[in-house]
Amino acid sequence: MSTESESPVWEVFLQPKSGKPHEHVGSVHAVDAEQALQNARDVYTRRGEGISIWVVQANNITASSPDDAGPLFDPGDDKIYRHPSFYTVPRGVRNV
Amino acid sequence: MAMEMVAKISESLDVAHHAQLAEFLTALGDDALILGHRLSEWCGHAPQLEEDIALANIALDEIGRANVLLMYAGQLEGLNRDQDDLAFHRDTVSFRNLLLVEQPNIDFGYTLARQFLYDVYALKLFECMGGSPNPFISGVARKAAKEITYHVRHSRSWVLRLGDGTSESHDRIQAAFDELWTYTDEMFETSESIHALIEAGIIPDGFLRLRVDWNVFVTDTLTEATLVVPDQDQFMRKGGRSGQHSEHLGHILDEMQFLARSHPDASW
Repeated sequence: MSTESESPVWEVFLQPKSGKPHEHVGSVHAVDAEQALQNARDVYTRRGEGISIWVVQANNITASSPDDAGPLFDPGDDKIYRHPSFYTVPRGVRNV
Repeated sequence: MAMEMVAKISESLDVAHHAQLAEFLTALGDDALILGHRLSEWCGHAPQLEEDIALANIALDEIGRANVLLMYAGQLEGLNRDQDDLAFHRDTVSFRNLLLVEQPNIDFGYTLARQFLYDVYALKLFECMGGSPNPFISGVARKAAKEITYHVRHSRSWVLRLGDGTSESHDRIQAAFDELWTYTDEMFETSESIHALIEAGIIPDGFLRLRVDWNVFVTDTLTEATLVVPDQDQFMRKGGRSGQHSEHLGHILDEMQFLARSHPDASW
């Protein structure tokens, strides 16, 4: 098995069909972008799962830390007025 | 596998060409079958999980192609044999595959060098056959050319990576090309049957230019990979197309045919 430095991890995003967004499906090891693309094709699209692949080297992704989850996401919890369902639509309004 | 084809390739051709085309398709089917089995030996052993899956994928493509080609060959020879009979109940002398594809895997570089030499040949061959006026031949050829386009992309990128990689990977794949080169002349051998099929327009005459197209592609890639293209004018090994095989084929067939011969007519 090759080491992490020789063969870094690439995250794989697959577009299931035209017009849909690319979705994260997993990761592969590869030495360069072309190999990452080929490996992603071989590992994740063998049964017609997609029509387009993106690969991005994992260390190019900036991710939020689990410790930040509180400050980042909790404020959304108690502000129900941020959800459209909070508002009752006045009678007679057709297009909102 | 059940034969549920409605139309048969044998009904699409003058009976005069049946035996010739059966011989030709058997050779191409045997190439794919034997190489597919060789490649499948890497399953569980490749240097990386991803590459393991890639090689198994390619092996499955080869065997899928062998399935169709041998099915057509069986229909044309008219001896009531299907693709399974041809794959599992013939002996080495009846196989018509290139010597190249039965050579052992040796190491990863050797396997990929062998694959690259074959892939480029197969791509050019099936692209040419895609122009056949016979819908059975052009149909299988176009589908094959599509999947082999990816196989070339895969094996070519490994030739570049290993050739232009470390000194060890460079030396190993150079040695592989030097040895395997002696098996390449056989790919462009023609026979009376092939000439008759070209004359009848069943095989496009581009077939006779395969060597030139193959040479250009292979030379470009090896040069880009900082490898030396072996000499064209040297002793070349031949015999696969007439059933004179190296000892390696017998070992493959032992393993491949054992189950089917021990349990004839078994289905799974």
